[in-house]
Amino acid sequence: MTRPLNTWLVNLALAVLTLALLAASVYVGRGGELLTEKFRTMSQIDRELAWLVLTEVRLPRALLGLLVGATLGLTGAGLQGLLRNPLAEPGLIGASSGAALGAVLVFYFGMAAGSAMLVPLGGIAGALAALATLYLLAGRNPSIVTIILAGVAISAFCGALTSLALNLSPSPYAALEIVFWMLGSLTDRSMAQVWFVLPFMFVGWLLVLSTARALDALSLGEDTAATLGFSRRSVTLRAIAGTGLAVGAAVSVTGVIGFVGLVVPHLLRALVGPRPAALLVPSALAGATLVLAADLLVRLPVNGPEPKLGVVTALIGAPFFLWLILKTRREHP
Amino acid sequence: MHLSLAHIHASLGGTRVIRDVTLAAHDSAFIGLIGPNGAGKTTLVRAIAALIAHEGTIELDGQAVAAMEPRARARAIAYLAQGAGSHWPLEVSRLVALGRLPHLAPFRSPAPEDEAAIARAMHLADVGKFRGRDVLTLSGGERARVLLARALAVEAPLLLVDEPVASLDPYHQLGIMEVLRTYASGGRTVIAVLHDLSLAARYCDRLVLLDNGVVKADGRPEDVLTPENLEAVYRIRAIIGGEGERFVLPLARTD
Repeated sequence: MTRPLNTWLVNLALAVLTLALLAASVYVGRGGELLTEKFRTMSQIDRELAWLVLTEVRLPRALLGLLVGATLGLTGAGLQGLLRNPLAEPGLIGASSGAALGAVLVFYFGMAAGSAMLVPLGGIAGALAALATLYLLAGRNPSIVTIILAGVAISAFCGALTSLALNLSPSPYAALEIVFWMLGSLTDRSMAQVWFVLPFMFVGWLLVLSTARALDALSLGEDTAATLGFSRRSVTLRAIAGTGLAVGAAVSVTGVIGFVGLVVPHLLRALVGPRPAALLVPSALAGATLVLAADLLVRLPVNGPEPKLGVVTALIGAPFFLWLILKTRREHP
Repeated sequence: MHLSLAHIHASLGGTRVIRDVTLAAHDSAFIGLIGPNGAGKTTLVRAIAALIAHEGTIELDGQAVAAMEPRARARAIAYLAQGAGSHWPLEVSRLVALGRLPHLAPFRSPAPEDEAAIARAMHLADVGKFRGRDVLTLSGGERARVLLARALAVEAPLLLVDEPVASLDPYHQLGIMEVLRTYASGGRTVIAVLHDLSLAARYCDRLVLLDNGVVKADGRPEDVLTPENLEAVYRIRAIIGGEGERFVLPLARTD
């Protein structure tokens, strides 16, 4: 094992990278050009309109990229620590499937056009319902196995209902809308949506971060963690509720963006070592970096429809994950 | 430190495993908890660590352990689980440092006294040379010592260890037993679940023999490890070695 780099150094580098990508996300337009020709012409004619495009179109997109990426990275690292399993990802506990179902139902009933806030509202309601179901299924003092099984069951059920909504969708247009939304994207989002999801994410992050030391203790097993002063029930509830709130909020505005929560902690383990608490903040920053970078990538094609962000993260994430597994197997056969 | 157990009953999945156990222990004692498989040794230790529910009272310096604030309890009782391990390839010094978690104030990094406790624990368990190694690359014996160092780093007045020498070679068994005896001689109490009766006889000040959840014998090793007790509880005949170089060599089953 190579000696882990200084965590603060890694954090600083990732923070700088995140800020740079955030700025790039505001200024880079279609075709990857920094402030396109069209934009410059427009800004000469109407400065106010140009400013509006930057602050009302690009800024929310960039901020959501940052928030969603950080959420996926942080909760992925937290959940892998809680479950002591490197294959855990934030979608496992069912909150993201719940959020997706909630948002899809808004499309299904044709209410999405009514207000831009109804889709995220439906998403959050779905995520909260999924979390409440998880709590009811797993009981007051949940074991890890019951949480995973209940999470899988909730995910499967929400997935089935989502398919049913597609199946029975009133018009082909609604079905298309649902499918495109589910692919995951940051385009055409508003600052109102950013403000809407922020409190959920913030509370979720704090809950997950509050378990940092307990996650370290859990490296040695549940009994040892308990005898180090960490109540299993409290740690599990905080980590699961935090993950559900933050990821549910993320999915409710952007749709499902896969692989980030799974891959990012693996990437960071190579840099800062495997200690779960040390992984949380770097994973959040790296998640933000990854999503912002992927969202720049989808703008590169000059013509035709923009590839969806969720598709791109999975396209890059899956082969990368495979490479990571093969590399680990070579090192520890 | 004064530990007292009064009329302890405990059940696992509806089966009564511990019946009416009453015990007391004071400073500077190395107590071996012995008995056949299924006698309730692990359950009793887990009840003292407040990991499972029990009836009766378990008190540490007059305070019920189950009612103690978890962090205060964690500072008072250290516990090394049977077959403990690490789920992640942690660096050895990082792993041992986890023993200081109950002492850390929120948002604070380890203080000099924590670093000193970690250094003392690593010195006592003789794992300083593995400091920067990944714990999963160590041998079974080395890893057992590292995990013991984690429990020692808590510097709790009461240390509970569950089968600390199982699956170790004689060299590492003696090493671990010596560490535990040193820890106990420093004014602290160690309760160790042991299967090796010779090691128990040679290193412990006192043995508690459990059978079917009941204390069958409690006292000095020579008074507990008698041919009658071995036959009644373990259902074996054994050669029991003499003064100073005490040992127990099982010969045959008696049933």
